[in-house]
This record gives sequence, C-alpha cells and structure tokens, in this order.
Amino acid sequence: MTGLSGTDLIAAMSALGAGIAMLAMIGVGIGIGFNAGKTVESTARQPEAQGTLLKLMLIGVALTETAGIFALVVAIMLLFANPLI
Amino acid sequence: MELGPRVIFSIGPVDVTETVCFAWLVSIVILIFAYFATRRMTQVPKGAQTVGEILVGFVYNMVKDVMGDVSEKYAPYIGTLIVFLGFGSMLGLLELRPITSDLNCTAPLALVTFVLIHYNAVKAQTARGYIKELASPYAFMLPLNIISETIFPVTLACRIFGNILAGVIIMSLVYGALETLSEMLVPIPLLQIAIPLPLNFWFDMFEPVLQAYIFCMLTMVFIDNGTHPVESD
Repeated sequence: MTGLSGTDLIAAMSALGAGIAMLAMIGVGIGIGFNAGKTVESTARQPEAQGTLLKLMLIGVALTETAGIFALVVAIMLLFANPLI
Repeated sequence: MELGPRVIFSIGPVDVTETVCFAWLVSIVILIFAYFATRRMTQVPKGAQTVGEILVGFVYNMVKDVMGDVSEKYAPYIGTLIVFLGFGSMLGLLELRPITSDLNCTAPLALVTFVLIHYNAVKAQTARGYIKELASPYAFMLPLNIISETIFPVTLACRIFGNILAGVIIMSLVYGALETLSEMLVPIPLLQIAIPLPLNFWFDMFEPVLQAYIFCMLTMVFIDNGTHPVESD
C-alpha cells in the first residue's frame, strides 16, 4: 500500500462524514410527511379552514426542516470549506 | 470545485463579491419598478401600477392576518423582506448567482429581525416582564430559553441559505452532466435546451417564493409572540 498522507485521510473521512451527516434527513422526511398528512386529514374534515391550515403547515414544515438544513450546512462545510484541512 | 461567490473587485482590504453587486442590481431594479409603478397613479390602475397594487395589497393582507391591528407598522418591513429575498433568490433564472446563497446576505437580515423581535418584546412588556417571560415556567429554565431565543436568527439565516445553496449545487451538477453528455453526441449544446426546465422552475421560482414567504411568516409570528405573551400563571 502506498503512503497515505494525513490530509488524504482527513479528506476521505470528511466525505464519509458529509454522507453520514445527511442521515438527519430521515427524521426530517418523516416529520414533514407526518405534518402534511395531518394537514390533509384536517382539510378533509373541515374544508373551509384550508387557508389557515396551509399557513400553519408551512410554518411547521419550515421549523421541521431546520434540523435537515443544519445537517446540509455541516455537509457542505465538510466538502467545500473544511476547517480541518 | 470552488463554491463561494467570486470577488469582482477590491477596494483596499475590502472585497466586493458577486453577492454585493447582485444585491445592488436587485435593489436598482426594484427601485426602477417602484418609480414607474407610482409615477402617474390613476384611480383605475393600469400597467405597472396594477402589479404594484397587487403586491402591496397581498403583503398588507398577509401581515394583517397574522398580526392584527398593529400590522400597518410592520407591513413595510415585511414587504421589503419578501420582495428582496424573493427576487434575490430568483437570480438563478438569469444565470447569475442568487444572492441568498451567501450567508453574508441572509445573516444580517436575520439579525435585523432578531433585534426587532426583542426590541418590541421589551417595549411591550417592560424589562421586568421580559425577564420574567424568559424565566418561565421555572427559574432554572432561563439558560435554555436564552439558547432557544439566540438560536432563532441562526436557523432563520441558515434555512434560506441552505435551501438556495442546495438548489445552486444541484443546478450546476445537472448543467455539467448535460454539457458532458451533449458534447459526446453533437458539438452543440443540444441537451441543455428544455431538459432542466422543471428543475429551474422548482429551484429558481417555487423555492425562492416559498422560502421568502417562510422567512416573513416566522418574522411576523415571532414579533407577534413577543408583543402578546402567552398568559401563564
């Protein structure tokens, strides 16, 4: 095996880490799906409240998404602006 | 692969990047539109005035729905935010880099929102009531509440930044792949003609509007929460 420098190892592990960081999207997907499903249920029960429900759903989706966005920012930092290299 | 905005020119130690130049561009375009929309106003609107009235009416209605009777005070700020962030994120349609794909653009706006929320909260419930609200329901919750209050502008800035930057990365990957593929077939950029259109629609039109709307919505909701605290006993 040829010599593997420390920087190479850090780069490889950073790429792996970026992939692992994006696993947070599993939870975000479940959360947003739950949110949208409940909104559809409520709209079916009470169609005249659709406008309010849509607004509430968007706020809920935005707040749920935050965790995923943090994971994305971490992954992008690991790939393009790595502080370790 | 370089991801950050390019530096257009430098004045001494200060780098003027693409973000700053395109923000000027967006501001100038909005100013010119506002000038032409309000130059010869008539009772029955026509032309640019109609578009302006629809936009302003939409913003005022949206703010009124959330904030109630104090909405007139905040509507100009919310309108500025939604127009600037919306058009700034749509720059991808013109093959320019969206200004909101730079954290330096979104963080100051989130900071302005943060200051607005807490200034209004202190003004509405006095300094004593504000601290009492932070230390509710129990005194040992104070550090946790402070953390959750300070993390809010960070999430606000990162949300629109992350979404738009992800769009920029995906669009550049798609265009790169299509360029390579079409060079294999014929020496003209044939495949880039209509194939990226749905992605363009999603990342350069729908996503900016949604993210600008969410930014404004959260700003309004949190200002409203600060000024009308939930009664706790």
